[in-house]
Amino acid sequence: MDVLIGQLATGLSLGSILLLAALGLSLTFGQMGVINMAHGEFIMAGCYTAYVVQQLVSSAGVSLLISLLVGFIVGGAMGALLEVTLIRRMYNRPLDTLLVTFGVGLILQQVARDIFGAPAVNVIAPSWLSGGVEILGAVVPKTRIFILVLAVVCVAVLAIVLKVSPMGRRIRAVVQNRDLAETSGISSRKTDITTFFIGSGLAAVAGVALTLIGSTSPTIGQSYLIDAFLVVVVGGLGQIKGTVIAAFALGFLNSFIEYSTTASLAKVIVFVIIVIFLQVRPQGLFTVRTRSLA
Amino acid sequence: MRALLGRWQTWAGFGVAAVLLFAVAPAVLSDFRLSLLGKFLCFAIVAVGIGLAWGRGGMLVLGQGVFFGLGGYMMGMHLKIADAQLRGTSVPDFMQIAGVRALPAYWEPFASPAFTLLAIVLVPTVIAAVLGLGVFKRRVKGAYFAILSQALAAALAILLVGQTSVGGSNGLNNFRTFFGFALKDPANKRMLYFIAAGVLLVVVAVVRQLMYSRYGELLVAVRDGEERVRFLGYDPANIKVVAYTVAAFFASIAGALFAPIVGFIAPSQVGILPSIVFLIGVAIGGRTTLLGPVLGAIGVAWAQSLFSERFPSEWTYAQGLLFIVVVGFFPAGLAGLGALFKRIRRTKDAPVVLDPDPEPEAEKVGAAT
Repeated sequence: MDVLIGQLATGLSLGSILLLAALGLSLTFGQMGVINMAHGEFIMAGCYTAYVVQQLVSSAGVSLLISLLVGFIVGGAMGALLEVTLIRRMYNRPLDTLLVTFGVGLILQQVARDIFGAPAVNVIAPSWLSGGVEILGAVVPKTRIFILVLAVVCVAVLAIVLKVSPMGRRIRAVVQNRDLAETSGISSRKTDITTFFIGSGLAAVAGVALTLIGSTSPTIGQSYLIDAFLVVVVGGLGQIKGTVIAAFALGFLNSFIEYSTTASLAKVIVFVIIVIFLQVRPQGLFTVRTRSLA
Repeated sequence: MRALLGRWQTWAGFGVAAVLLFAVAPAVLSDFRLSLLGKFLCFAIVAVGIGLAWGRGGMLVLGQGVFFGLGGYMMGMHLKIADAQLRGTSVPDFMQIAGVRALPAYWEPFASPAFTLLAIVLVPTVIAAVLGLGVFKRRVKGAYFAILSQALAAALAILLVGQTSVGGSNGLNNFRTFFGFALKDPANKRMLYFIAAGVLLVVVAVVRQLMYSRYGELLVAVRDGEERVRFLGYDPANIKVVAYTVAAFFASIAGALFAPIVGFIAPSQVGILPSIVFLIGVAIGGRTTLLGPVLGAIGVAWAQSLFSERFPSEWTYAQGLLFIVVVGFFPAGLAGLGALFKRIRRTKDAPVVLDPDPEPEAEKVGAAT
């Protein structure tokens, strides 16, 4: 029983991390069809933002809250810049976008390496997040609960913004039918930048959160990127609920397979399961039904 | 008449390439550099396959490191067992150090050279065919396929690092013999180079035949308008699977040659980064052409060997920039420059569209579902 609870807690925690990392992707990849391989580097930018803010602000608790905000803006600005300079020019070539943004990611990694050095750096977690909480006999670190709460908050805010705000309505309109949205007087260019800002900002928020549970190195983004992409692929395009369900499903799957085999074998098994899953639902869990082919 | 001329040109091209690879290069280059060129040729063999799958077939294969690694590891396991037998021990040296006394069961078949060679051909081919059928039959394509192929590379690299029975993150190295030939002997190193050069020529010839056959036409048709091909009564999935499998097969052979030529095979040759880096050369040379990928891959590998150690930081920036500039703004690669100049000369004031690879309708943003 303890083992089961422990694995459930691990899965929940892993799922929330995946969710945070994938939430921004599901906006930019899922909704705009743009594959941004530099998304992982935006996560990394969030990590280093937390590191830099902590060097400036001595109190760990205050620095965490500040860096969540600053991280969102830094990541968002980087994303918006990427959209304006490169991605905008290649909306009709999604596969080429993938490679171009991979190049951007390589450069950003090297920039981080040149500024902060290749060895990992650490961010001190605030004291009110040290220790753990006992849930049904299993001890769960408070940092992981914080990440879970943060993920839930991010999803809720994003869902509300998309649902009710004028900006959210514009984003959804462009996603559903770009031409018609433009005809109705919505500037798809401005909307694209907004979407990218939010998506990349969320990546950086995920990065800030990740500093609570591990150290930061220039390649940290890469290790989360593939998993985040798989979450979006399984979740399906264009809807947040798919991303949420897929993130937690993959989190639980990973933690239980890892428990019965090894961490490295679990990755391969999860991959096989995903390929099999795509046999049943090639479009992922949820999809916006259209009449377009394929 | 033109077909005849084309055939002559092809034969002449092969003749020149053969003379360069088999006569000029060994005469001009030192043993060390020849071996280095052999390594570049291995990358070129992978690039030919990528050119077929990506350039002609429109499938962004981001996981060729998987098949490269499979070939390399299987060859490496055989070489390690052969070395151990030569020394009279039951297990390879790195296992001895780790205190392993008996050969793991999955190593044992690789003691046989015939089994090893067969496995190098069959294992990656079967994996690629099964994965390809599973993915393409369900019409999973475009970015989804790219991400899956990349996830496979990530998973295999992580798996290999965790397996101490294949050397963990060090991989397999320190090979002494290659099917009985001592690798220390420069003559045998030369032989390995000749094998790589011969394989490259054969691989290029095979892809040329594929490109100019009816199958090649279909492959390009699938790239440019998959739905139309389907409506004409073909199954695009089968067409894609063949190209993907051929590319995987080439990558595996290249890996199997890479291991003895360079002297090691490790997870660092398998993961995401090496798998994507294979694409740079292909993109620079011209992904849709026959020789572009070959020359591009050799050029990039050569530049990497020149710069990556002396200027590691700058080299990474250069790699990133190459991706951005070439893929983003010159998708036709160097091969496209010739066509560009020709067109500029012909139509001085008309705008030049440089897009050899128009994405199929279905992959446009709005229709991504």
